[in-house]
Amino acid sequence: MAAGLGEKLVIDGVSRVFSGVRGGAPTRAVEPVRLAVAENDFITILGPSGCGKSTLLRIVAGLDRPSAGRVLLDGRPVTRPGPDRGMVFQSYTLFPWLTVTDNIAFGLREKGVPAAQRREIIAAYVEKVGLRGFENHYPKQLSGGMQQRTAIARALANDPEILLLDEPFGALDNQTRGLMQELLLGIWERERKTVLFVTHDIEEAIFLASRVVVMTARPGRIKAEVPVDLPHPRDYRMKTSPQFSELKARLTEEIRAEAVLAAAAH
Amino acid sequence: MPRPLEPVGQTAKVTLGISFFVLFVAAWAYATLGGYVSKTFLADPITMLKDGWELLTRFGFAYDIAMTIWRVVGGFILAAIVAVPLGILMGAYKPVEAFFEPFVSFARYLPASAFVPLLILWAGIGETQKLLVIFIGSVFQIVLMVAVAVGQTRRDLVEAAYTLGASPQGVVRRVLVPANAPEIAETLRLVLGWAWTYVIVAEFIGSSSGIGHMIIESQALLATGQIIFGIIVIGLIGLISDFLFKWLNQRLFPWRLA
Repeated sequence: MAAGLGEKLVIDGVSRVFSGVRGGAPTRAVEPVRLAVAENDFITILGPSGCGKSTLLRIVAGLDRPSAGRVLLDGRPVTRPGPDRGMVFQSYTLFPWLTVTDNIAFGLREKGVPAAQRREIIAAYVEKVGLRGFENHYPKQLSGGMQQRTAIARALANDPEILLLDEPFGALDNQTRGLMQELLLGIWERERKTVLFVTHDIEEAIFLASRVVVMTARPGRIKAEVPVDLPHPRDYRMKTSPQFSELKARLTEEIRAEAVLAAAAH
Repeated sequence: MPRPLEPVGQTAKVTLGISFFVLFVAAWAYATLGGYVSKTFLADPITMLKDGWELLTRFGFAYDIAMTIWRVVGGFILAAIVAVPLGILMGAYKPVEAFFEPFVSFARYLPASAFVPLLILWAGIGETQKLLVIFIGSVFQIVLMVAVAVGQTRRDLVEAAYTLGASPQGVVRRVLVPANAPEIAETLRLVLGWAWTYVIVAEFIGSSSGIGHMIIESQALLATGQIIFGIIVIGLIGLISDFLFKWLNQRLFPWRLA
């Protein structure tokens, strides 16, 4: 599969096998996956826990290597992590010894962006993620939601080609999670960054995406691709609209069968 | 009875801490002043204080204390200059670790005090020999502890740095070092405490100054009051350096407590 027009990211037959522990059988985490992501698209990958969706995202990030297949970003193969693929992790990965400002500045400093310009970019992102007044706080002084907002700002400040998010709101409470989804969607609606977002939350997958990719239980492969035609800008009230409920019902069916399989396998 | 792991209040904590010191000195005073232990073998607290005063005012003991401190600090700083960078390299780069780790693990069990006779042959009885004893006693410990700390850096922080465009050297400089700086400082504090034992042993043999020298001279005179005073001075200096280190660490790494 060659990179066609407007295809930002191509996951071309990527699979991943983990070698067995102590002579045990090897684990097939990801079966050959093909996925093309268009520029400015917001894709969510939905799957039961342990289905290999995080492994797939880590391969795109360059943090893990595929056993077969390749990942192309703008037609160039991905071999290692780089600033063109910004990542937000599920665990809190802010650097604890840096303030909010210095965390956001991390990638900019690495690139050698001059101080004045750096300050401007940081101020803009602090504003966008609503952290004014917390610039000089250390991560330990922030709530989980604030830490993830800083992590999003840190990734975006680097101006990556694509933003990868690995269940970034998974550890947050339901209300905070809802607000974070709106915040992220708001940023995307304004900036139209290409986004690949991994989650096991059906509502989250629908609300954010223009296309939901459903993965099977392990070994993970793509089971269905469901376009989401809800208009933008979206807000939380849409979560109760008939169209949303219909999508939710459909995806619930798709994912339920996999969750049953996954539960049986563990 | 308090429940397990239940915290104790600040006042109670201080009171309890001081009361053991009081109890200890009281038992000592009871045993010596009460005549249960011969004065030849153990001086009573009052004699100890008098002897100590005399040491300081008439025999220039302050100079000995200064010499001992300089030896410990000097040897320790030399060890840290070598050991901290090496430990960071070992923690960060596995081939470097594979090269040095077996030898360092072996070398850290070599007793520094056993090197004293050898070092006298090599370096004489001057200051170089004293510094070398401290150096040998500290350097391997620091290397290993720093390497372990750096090797245990949170992988997700390293990965985050890579996705932000950090180079491998950038990861060492901007993640591994700052992430482990508090632990490295804590290691130095710990090893400095051990360095005190080595210096006293080094001063027992072939030395004309220092707290250890005073102690060995006092033994010949059966001046147990002076010996105990010397030991207590070492304990006090250790306590003060510990406090200074802790205070400095809190100032240097506010993010840990934030």
